[in-house]
Amino acid sequence: MALDFSLSADQEAIADTFGAFFAKESPVDVVRAAEPLGYSPQLWQKLRSLEAPGMAAPDQEGGGGATLSALVVVAEALGEAIAPVPLIEHWVASRACPAPEIVSGERIAAIALRPADADGTWRLVPGGAVADVVVGLDGGELVAVHSPAPMAAPSNHGSAPLADRSAREGDRVVLGEASELDPLLDMWRVLTAAALVGIAERAMRMGVDYVLERHQFGRPIGSFQAIQHGLADLPALVDGGRFLAHKAAWAFDEGMVDGAGVIDMDEGNVTEFAPLAAMAMLHAADAAAVSTDRSLHYHGGYGFSLEYDIQLYFRRARGWANIVGDPSRERRRLADLLWGPAKAMAGR
Amino acid sequence: MDFRLTDRHEALRTEIRACIDAHIDDEVIARAHRTGANHCVELAKALGDVGLLAQAMPGEGQDPMAMWMLSSEAEKAGAPFDSVGMALVIAGVLNAAGTPSQNQRVTAALLAGEEFVCFGLTEPDGGSDLPAISTRAVRDGDEWVINGSKMWTTMAQVSDWVFLLTRTDPDAGRYGGFTVFIILMDTPGISADPIHTMSTERSNVTFYDDVRVGDEWVVGEANEGWQVVSIMFGFERGIANTGALTPLLRRFAQWAAHTGVIADPVHREHMAQVAIDAQVAELLTQRTAWTAAVGEPSGTQGSIAKVFATEAYQRHARWAQAAAGPEGLLGLGESGAAAEGWIDHDVRHSVPQTFQGGTTEINRNNIAERHLGLPRAR
Repeated sequence: MALDFSLSADQEAIADTFGAFFAKESPVDVVRAAEPLGYSPQLWQKLRSLEAPGMAAPDQEGGGGATLSALVVVAEALGEAIAPVPLIEHWVASRACPAPEIVSGERIAAIALRPADADGTWRLVPGGAVADVVVGLDGGELVAVHSPAPMAAPSNHGSAPLADRSAREGDRVVLGEASELDPLLDMWRVLTAAALVGIAERAMRMGVDYVLERHQFGRPIGSFQAIQHGLADLPALVDGGRFLAHKAAWAFDEGMVDGAGVIDMDEGNVTEFAPLAAMAMLHAADAAAVSTDRSLHYHGGYGFSLEYDIQLYFRRARGWANIVGDPSRERRRLADLLWGPAKAMAGR
Repeated sequence: MDFRLTDRHEALRTEIRACIDAHIDDEVIARAHRTGANHCVELAKALGDVGLLAQAMPGEGQDPMAMWMLSSEAEKAGAPFDSVGMALVIAGVLNAAGTPSQNQRVTAALLAGEEFVCFGLTEPDGGSDLPAISTRAVRDGDEWVINGSKMWTTMAQVSDWVFLLTRTDPDAGRYGGFTVFIILMDTPGISADPIHTMSTERSNVTFYDDVRVGDEWVVGEANEGWQVVSIMFGFERGIANTGALTPLLRRFAQWAAHTGVIADPVHREHMAQVAIDAQVAELLTQRTAWTAAVGEPSGTQGSIAKVFATEAYQRHARWAQAAAGPEGLLGLGESGAAAEGWIDHDVRHSVPQTFQGGTTEINRNNIAERHLGLPRAR
């Protein structure tokens, strides 16, 4: 094995399959028709025909047993199409709760990113509006709760199927200890990062296409250096995000977890999964925010009109990223992973 | 994708480190900053002796990962390496376009770490618009007679050679009529005046006054010099000089741990951001080297890596200086300076980094036109 920035043959095949699938089955009119809930049951059924909902579950449970390196390729394709399906949340939940009806996608699962509050409510669960099962923390335990999906979401920035869900009411199963959520959250970070890279990539392309087509002062606005230079910053952000997401997935697949990888800040060498997952998510959120912001801006006034598609991407860039919480807190969490907890270092 | 270095590359890294550890100490580093020459003969010779310079030379059939690794290890150690980096680029150009006797005489000495070379390209009126240069080489019998001047001839004061771009046919169009020479610096008619900079690095303006050279010092074909400098630009960008964030963060973190500042959540948040950008810079650089290694054009990827890495370096060096307070203003070697003055050095050093290898704006033009497919804006 050696450093290689190309997709493997398996990854290429997955990219081709899912790129073509989302292009055909989740064009932008499907995305628009799924608003405001952010869920298309027809698209979910089509994903089931590809056996996509079970890809992440272990093969001994009847799942696809896919590597994280394979799943990030699908997640990027999903992000490019801003596909209205909670596939990432379902995959992550299915790792902890690989029941047959979840592996098959007959029932949708979601993952609560934050512990239940004192009332036993998981607040704003991504995918929670349409999920039949929610996996999350309650009272120091990792639990799965089966209860009817509300099929309604509060109006929100990214038109995401968010909902408050009860951790107590319904068919409640204890899956394990609270610490078992951590790798699931990191997996969610990496896959969401990949989806945000897809958003950033597509928004960049939309911006390039628009500035080539739009003429002012007798020439395409893409011939103006002010616009060119704004767009020229984006490939570094997009490619950097893609490589970080893939590096994190590689680290996971290679078993660089729970201290088996390297964190050597003197050398700038990081191969441990958890900090790479945090980096991937933070960087991809910035990349998607900057790419959609610049692209929308170069669309001029059309950019914020509902008729144009770039606003769909702009809103999801923020809506999908901020659901994990304040990025400042995420950065401090990353600092804890890289340099140890703050208190231990103070006054050293 | 795969992010593991091969055993061969890990062994190469170990060998590079051993050379750096054996020849670089605080005094060598201080000497480079005192004299203004980012240059260490002992390190160059040691790298040359074990064949590391020959391995790191850029060009077809070479291993770009070796050049990245050498540059990256030197940056991490703060080792004076610029003269070696320049020698490698010119060795690669001569290897690709030079004559057998030039390679025997010059390339071999550069790769042995025994001789050094400066770049005579930019002029007062020809910077980013390099084809606008006016230094002339005129035929006189069997010789060429060169007159003109060059800006930013960094390392001229320690160089044995100058790689000199001249106009030989001003009527041959924008990219025609250039000729490149490789010339001994002690040739009569060559002189240098220092340009002192706000970084510790000294640059120079060099003058060429009726300098006479024979055809044997023409690199490539006469009047086809633009092809020769184009080879050079392909080598220069986005593989070397993109690794400064790692040592910046290491030194800041050491200072922050020492003072207790590391417990400050605001600083911790920014340190995490520097760590992310350092990873991204490294991945983009590795991708540039990997692309070149598999034989594909890496020019725009080099621009992408260079712009990101050098701008992030400026941004974070300035943050680190502000975060260190008044002690962050003190220079290298000053008592009480934050991180022994390295933070102040980084703020200064990060400024020229956005010019070397093409300005940020020229690189953005390159990305816009050749990566994104936007129309040529000039």
